[in-house]
Parts: sequence; C-alpha cells; structure tokens
Amino acid sequence: MLGFIGKRLLVAIPTLLVIITLAFALLHAAPGGPFDSDKVLVPEIRAAIEARYHLDESVPMQYLRYLGGVVRGDFGPSFQYQDSSVNDLIAQGLPIDLTIGLLAMGLALLIGVPLGVLAALRRNTVWDRAASAIALLGISVPTYVTAPLLVLLFAVSLRWLPAGDWGEGALRNLVLPVVALSLPYVAYIARLLRASLLDVLHTPWVRTARAKGMPWRTVLLRHALRPALLPLVAFLGPATVGVITGSIAIETVFGLPGIGRFFVDGAFNRDYTVVMGVTILYGVLIVLANLLADVVQALLDPRMRP
Amino acid sequence: MNSTPPLPRWSLLLLLTIVVLAVVVPWISPWTYYTPSWDELDLEPTFANGHWLGTDDLGRDLLVRLMWGCRISLLVAVAASLTSLFIGVLWGATAGYAGGRVDAWLMRTVDVLYAVPFIPFVIVLTVLFGRNIVLLFVAIGAVSWLDTARIVRGQTLALRQREFITAARVGGMSPAQIVRRHVLPNLAGIVAVYLTLTIPTVILVEAFLGYLGLGAQAPLTSLGVMIADGAAQLRSRPRLLICPALLLALLVLCCNRLGDALRDHFDPASGGGA
Amino acid sequence: MSAMLALQVDGLSVTHAAADGARTVVSGVSFELARGRILGIAGESGCGKTQLLLALLGLSPPGAQVSGSALLSGRQLVGADRRVLRSLRGNRIAMVFQDPMTALNPYLTIGTQLAEVLQVHRGLSKSQALLHSQHMLEAVGIDAPARRLRQHPHELSGGMRQRVLLAMALLCEPDVLLADEPTTALDVTVQAQILDLLLDLRERLGMAVVLVTHDMGVLAQVADDVAVMHAGVLVEQGPVQQLFDAPQSSATQSLLAAARQLSPTAQSLI
Repeated sequence: MLGFIGKRLLVAIPTLLVIITLAFALLHAAPGGPFDSDKVLVPEIRAAIEARYHLDESVPMQYLRYLGGVVRGDFGPSFQYQDSSVNDLIAQGLPIDLTIGLLAMGLALLIGVPLGVLAALRRNTVWDRAASAIALLGISVPTYVTAPLLVLLFAVSLRWLPAGDWGEGALRNLVLPVVALSLPYVAYIARLLRASLLDVLHTPWVRTARAKGMPWRTVLLRHALRPALLPLVAFLGPATVGVITGSIAIETVFGLPGIGRFFVDGAFNRDYTVVMGVTILYGVLIVLANLLADVVQALLDPRMRP
Repeated sequence: MNSTPPLPRWSLLLLLTIVVLAVVVPWISPWTYYTPSWDELDLEPTFANGHWLGTDDLGRDLLVRLMWGCRISLLVAVAASLTSLFIGVLWGATAGYAGGRVDAWLMRTVDVLYAVPFIPFVIVLTVLFGRNIVLLFVAIGAVSWLDTARIVRGQTLALRQREFITAARVGGMSPAQIVRRHVLPNLAGIVAVYLTLTIPTVILVEAFLGYLGLGAQAPLTSLGVMIADGAAQLRSRPRLLICPALLLALLVLCCNRLGDALRDHFDPASGGGA
Repeated sequence: MSAMLALQVDGLSVTHAAADGARTVVSGVSFELARGRILGIAGESGCGKTQLLLALLGLSPPGAQVSGSALLSGRQLVGADRRVLRSLRGNRIAMVFQDPMTALNPYLTIGTQLAEVLQVHRGLSKSQALLHSQHMLEAVGIDAPARRLRQHPHELSGGMRQRVLLAMALLCEPDVLLADEPTTALDVTVQAQILDLLLDLRERLGMAVVLVTHDMGVLAQVADDVAVMHAGVLVEQGPVQQLFDAPQSSATQSLLAAARQLSPTAQSLI
C-alpha cells in the first residue's frame, strides 16, 4: 500500500510541473502585462517596478526563478495587492473555500445517498421518478442561478437568513452558500448511486445471497451497498476538488472573500503570480484528492489491493 | 427483460422548438437585440405593442435578446462539442488501435491532463486571448475531450480484436485506412451518446464564462451574460433573470434527458441515469 | 423409511412478462424426486432449465407468473409467503449456481459468505458458524480450510470456488440440492472430482439432487433418472439407462448425438 501511494506521488510531480509550465507559458504568451491598465506610468517608475518584480528578465529566467520559489513554498508577491504575497492571499481565502466546500459536500452526501438508494429500491415508481426529476433539475440549473433565487426567497422575501457576507463564519451566513453549492452535487450523487445500486442488485452474487435465504436487509447492506459505493468514491475525488474550487459563483453572489475571487480578478488584471499560485494549489488538491479516492477504493475492493 | 425505453418525445420536441425559435425570432422580429430605445424602457410583457416578454432596462426587446443569446450559446456549445469530439475521437482511436507504447504514452498524457484544473484554465485562456468567440469554443473544446478519448480508446481496443479487422489487415489495408473505414463507423453509436452528454456541460461552461464577463462581448449576448445582468438587477427587475435562467435550464434539461435516453438505448448495461 | 418425496412438482408453469407480450418459459413440468436420488434435467441452452430451478426457489424475475404446484417435503413452494420462502432457501432447499466466477461476492471473504448462512438459519454465533464452515470446506475437499475462510473469491481457482458454492449449499443439510450446470465452467479433471464429490455426498447425507445440464456425459456418470426438456416442456423422462438405450424424442436424440461427439466418458456408457 505504501508503495502504491509512493508511486502515485512520484507521478504527481511531473504532472504538477506540466501544469505550472502550461500556465506560465500561457500567461506570458498573452498580450498585456500586469501593469498596463490603470494608470499611465512615467517610464522610470515603470522600469523600476518591472525590475522589482523581475519582469525585465527574459521569460525562461522568470520561469526558473518562479520554479525556485515554488520549491521553497514561496508563490511570490501579488501584483494587484501590492502589500500582500500570494501565500498571504491563499492563507486568507483557502479556509473559507474549504469550510464551505466540505460542508456542501457533506450535505450533498447526507441528502444524495439516501435519495439515490430510495430511487433504486423503488425503481420506476413515483418515488423514483420524482427523485430522478429533481436530480435532473439539479444538474441542469447552474449555481449562479439558484444562488440569487435562494437569496431572493430566504433573505429578501422571508428575511430568515442574511443575504451575504462572511460574517466571520457565523452559522447563519453559511447556510445559503452551502445549500446553493451543494444542490448540483446532491443531484450527481443521487443519480450515480441509483445507477450503481441497480447494477449491483442484478449481479449473480446478489442472486446467490437471496437464494441462500438471506434477509433483505443483509442482502442490501452487506452484499449490495459496499460495491455500490465504489463508483461514488471514485466520483468524490474530483468532485470534492470541484466543490472547493468551483465556488467562484458562490463567492460572487454572497460576497465571500475566497480564493475564487482573487483568481478571477487576477486573471483579468494579469496578476501572474496569483493566477499561477491558485492554479498550482488546485492542481495539488486534485492530485491529493484523486490519490485519497484511489486509496479508499482499494480498501473497499479486495480485488484492487496491490 | 423490458425492451429499450423509447426516446423522450417531449424533450426532443422542446429542444427543436427552442432551436427553431432561436433561428426564426430574431429574423422576423422588428426589433434588434442591441438597439436601445429610450421611450420603451422597462416595459411589462404585453401582446399589444408586440413586446411579448417586455423590454429590459435599455428598452431592448427581451424576447429578441433572449433568442439571440440562445443562438450564441447553442453555437458555442455545438462548436466546442464538435472540437472536443474531434480531438477525443482522434486521440482515443489512435491510442486504441496502435496499442503498445503509443497507447501508453497517449493515455498517460490524458491522465496528467485530468489533473489540470479545468475551469481555471478555461478562464485563463479566454481572458488572455481576447474575447474572440472562435477562441472561446476552441478553449472549451480543448479541455473537455478527455472522457471521450478514454471511452473511444476502450471501444477501439475491443473492436480491434474482432474478425473483420483481422480480415482487413490480411487484405492489405493500411492502419489509417482501417481506422477510417472500419473503426470509426463502429464508434458512431458511442460517439453520439457522448456528444449529447457533452453539449449540456459545454452550454453551462459557456454560460458560466458569460456570467463572469468573459466570452461573448457586448452588444453580443449569450444566456450566461443575460443571467449575470439579470442577477445584478434581481430585486428591481426579476424578469431579466428569470427568463434566461428558465431558458437555460430547459435547454440543458432537454439535452441531458436526450443524452441519458441515447445512452440507455445504445448501452443498457451502463445502468442508466434519471 | 419416509414415504414422503423430497420434491414433487406438478404442472409447474412460468410465464415471463415481455414488452411484446407474455412468454411461457416453463410449461406444465411434472416430476418426482425421492430422497437419496439424483435427477438429471437435460436440455439445450434456453430450454428453460434454469428458470425452472429459479421458480422452485421463488426467484423468478419480477413480473413473472408462476403456476402449478411444487411440494418440498410436503410444503408448497408456489405462491408461498415471502418469509416462508426465505426461511426455506439455503436451508431446506439450496442451489448451486452455474458460474463460480460471479456467483460469489468478490468483496466479502469466503468465511463471511459461508458463516452468514448458519448465522441466519441456525442462529449460530459468527465464530461457531466459521468453525462449521471450516469443517464443511474440508468435507468438500478444499485444502487449508482455515486459511481459505479469510481469503476472497478472486484468490481461489475456479474448481475451488465451485466447491465453496457446494459447501455453502450443504451447510444446513438441505432436503434438496439444485445444481445448475455445476461443472460446465470447469475443466475435465476438476469436473470429474466435483461429480465424485456429489455422489459421495449423496451417499453420506442421503440428499436428493436435481442436476441441470446440457452435457449428457455428466448425467451418464451420476444421474439415477433423467428428464429431458425442450422449449419449456418436459418431453421425456425415465431411468438413465433407459433413456440412453432407447431415446424416444428427437430432443433426447440430438443431445445424445452431441454428447457422443464430445465426451469419451459418455461413449463408454452409451
């Protein structure tokens, strides 16, 4: 098992390198630079700024310098927020994204799994069709549509919950963003589990279990559910990353100071370091999440153990 | 057991209706989607003056704008999906047919690319290389071909073992000819399924980019842009959010429904979705 | 000596619901099986043999209609209450399925899958059940039984898996054992071993066995009586030697012809 993990981590390094190089190349290949837009700068000042941020060096030099920093854990200074480094910005925003993302995923599992199981067990009845219809709706309507609608309903009309703002992470402020973020995932999880459980329930070994006279509860819980969860675990890897990184819309609608905002603003303002830093962060998260998902799958499936 | 379920007629009908409307309405409507009209600001929907969905805050007819936005969204979606399909099929078929080291390297690249954070990259691409519509769909297409490549490779591997391929090789056909004449046509089914499943995803991605202010630039509009604008005016003019949001949802819903049905039809063993 | 038959089937019919109308897969099948006897049911693929067995267990696919009568030691199986059926399955009537590769749950240990039968039907604790299972594994000829209990199905060979399935079916010493093509997926040597095992168990436990197969050679070795099925109907039945010497129906004849071509064992008996 350790060897398995070790090998995967080893492969992760070239992957990250590819991501860094790709992003770097793209950013520097594009027209425009970080200090072009706002003010008109006196040439001397402009030259000084460029020297300070090493923008006067050749691109390959900048690349190597950047890599050196990354290896030391330093993502460089932000170009837009002159007093902060990228590390600072990430440290500020990441906890928020993590909190909301993980809570949303937890909620999605809490609702989605029973929904999927119910749909599979009551296949083709009104319960199944209702659950499936809700699920279809959930994956068809994007978060940036449902979020404002939720705000309209719960914050403006009913006045039960605040319309936005982080509020130092108070529970009331978390409810709407977490719910809005979790909706599409409830749908994905329910659909996935329904399909997967239906598949497992038709396998020969479940038939054997029934032929042995096992009570339905045993058949379901011991023989069917465990294999049925495997595709879900595989899905959770990239999905968890998606829920953390995909909160850009949520952050915008609810005014939350997360990483997504920095990223989008950074992209618009050619803040190279911020864009690179966030991209690398996401890449690392994806690699780790996939690794975790693979490990859990191997634990659950005896056939996959090395 | 039961035979394969019939194609969902309502979804197909609805989808076709939307497409037809998107093509026809801007054509025959007396208003354009971009001309502001200062005396017709914020009109409610009526049949009287012909503004069936009313007008927006700049006096532009909402229905025409909606249909134009729909056109753009559909255009980008189809173009991006086709791009993605093209790359994916080529990649996967080559890997599956060539086998050995070529296959290993091609698929290893796919594995690495899977780790690339998708949305951030598309954002970067579109921000940097201008708000060109063409670039937009190339960007989206370029990052969504991975799943297709995997599936196509699997199918190709399976096909390769079959007798008619061996017969073709014995008959002296070159690998390229074999791929073109025998492998690709057999992939048609699975490709159709993945196309219909990619389209809704791409529509949503394009809408998201539009929402962020990337993609289609004013005065051009897409559903995503209209939703962003509408969301900003949620309390004062909810109609401006609800109409494009509803249309987007319907569009994606129909595509998903059709995609699911097609997938069930071609591969009932895949367990099906909703 | 008990006069009650282990299995008495009378006019059993099974109809499947299909999109294009109902299909009768088993039609008016009747036979009797006494304790300690082995009945072979022969027929080509698709003739309804497996559906017949499933119907006896109450495991026909959803939407299927089962009519007629099937008495297990005097108890009616057709239309019986679900809970009654569940208490009988694996307990008084057990089935060994066709494909040992997939009939066992790949995610659970052999021990768990064996022990649960005893835990449910005999109320044993897990450790007691495992002990019994270990003895049973030994009885069916599996080496290192204690180690096998902790292994998963993919760690065993095909022949061993088939033995495990057999052991699982025998744990509660059922009145009737239904075996669906128990040797088809195995190679010839292992096939012979499994058949010997069946005969041995019949000796020791006095069990009644219904052995379903398309291979007449197998039946020649172990069956006492043979019934031939074709398109859901029992076309001929009788003692095994009689059927081999003087086959009446064309179905029997073609099965024999096929066996003659493939199985040298059958040759010696035909």
